[in-house]
Amino acid sequence: MDKHIVTPITAEVTKDLRAGDYVYISGTVYVARDAAHKRFMEALDKAEECSIEKGQEEVERKQAGALPFPVENAVIYYMGPSPAREGRPIGSAGPTTASRMDKYAPRLLDLGLKAMIGKGKRTQSVMDAIIRNQAVYFAAVGGAGALLSKCIKKSDLVCYDDLGAEAVLKLEVEDFPAVVVIDCQGNNLYETAVRKYAKEV
Amino acid sequence: MIRTIKTEEVTKNIREMCIEANHYLSRDMDKALKNAVESEEAPLGKKILCQLQENLTIAAEELIPVCQDTGMAVVFAEIGQEVHFEGILLEEAINEGVRQGYTEGFLRKSVVKDPILRENTKDNTPAVIHYSVTEGDKLKLTLAPKGFGSENMSRIFMLKPADGIEGVKNAILTAVKDAGPNACPPVVVGVGIGGTFEKCALLAKQALTRAADEHSKIAYVKEMEEEMLYKINRLGIGPGGLGGTTTALAVNINTYPTHIAGLPVAVNICCHVNRHVVRVL
Repeated sequence: MDKHIVTPITAEVTKDLRAGDYVYISGTVYVARDAAHKRFMEALDKAEECSIEKGQEEVERKQAGALPFPVENAVIYYMGPSPAREGRPIGSAGPTTASRMDKYAPRLLDLGLKAMIGKGKRTQSVMDAIIRNQAVYFAAVGGAGALLSKCIKKSDLVCYDDLGAEAVLKLEVEDFPAVVVIDCQGNNLYETAVRKYAKEV
Repeated sequence: MIRTIKTEEVTKNIREMCIEANHYLSRDMDKALKNAVESEEAPLGKKILCQLQENLTIAAEELIPVCQDTGMAVVFAEIGQEVHFEGILLEEAINEGVRQGYTEGFLRKSVVKDPILRENTKDNTPAVIHYSVTEGDKLKLTLAPKGFGSENMSRIFMLKPADGIEGVKNAILTAVKDAGPNACPPVVVGVGIGGTFEKCALLAKQALTRAADEHSKIAYVKEMEEEMLYKINRLGIGPGGLGGTTTALAVNINTYPTHIAGLPVAVNICCHVNRHVVRVL
């Protein structure tokens, strides 16, 4: 089913999304990949150290504040764009392989992250965190970076400029096409769809 | 007769080849993708294949790279033994071409200086260069920028001679199945069989630079290429890994003599773009 959704994404929205739904996303999306996630974790570790004696609630409050973007109900797009030509907001901008962020994703989901856009399989611990937090994992078409760049209307640097293509960006997207791969009930399109089309050899 | 090639010509050509490979699909891949749109059975699969075609049109018309991962530059330099180079060192000339192509062509700089310290070199150098010496007085350059979504899913299997051809077929299917949606299917599968540990990896990489509609000249290898393509496309992975009957567009296999005790097999997976540009100077 085709659905139009607007960010930030709440549990009200994710609870109705099912693996296999085709969605068009509009609104703010944050871009981060390997190196930026590593820095997110360092920032969270530091915030935890500073506030651990004040209890769990204070730790979570400090940690959410330690991240360079508002994580509550946010969407992260796993992507590293090519440089923009003059007059354009961004260069080629397709999804990167999500599994490289599997080590970091559960921690962000537990802090309120609601959706991830990427491509490829996720681990069980990410799947569990998606269910636990009523989140969602979308796949965008890998290798369609030129096409997807047309849905990006604005791109601003948030931080980590020194990381080049791995810097954190804030994007404004319009009708960005994606497919629900893992929904908040734990359905996984990568498994069900492949089974559907697999034939005897 | 010795023929002189100025290495500044090498730089100029590599620069242009970097930009060309990242914006335009090669003729063989274009044909393979068009055929796939016709034959794909899954509706979502068909939709994704159409988006990939639309993506290629936008890339070529608006000069936006086909994929944001514009790759690490892999270069095969086949040097005729009657060639004499004049100018800076050939390796420097190739790297200078990559530097110019990636910085002036708005391509992504994806190379880090050290695999552990991971500082970006900011100009996508160095390239990975494979030299060979051939007959004649020409220089043949093949540039194949390699993205790592698919490179990360590539494998080497050190099989035993007793595993035979069935063992090789299983290895290929295992690698493609494990790659699943990660390698941006539909993929092209480059396979190397024989040689040593490093030789079979190189054979697999070279196999990817062979045209998608061109088969091995060895009869049993050609048969295996056809059989593997058929079987891979029955795995159900499909375009984007979201289910379908187009998982691979081509399987290219290269072989080489090997040791009595071994049967090395390398499977190098590439996405549907399978960038490769060839020029002869």
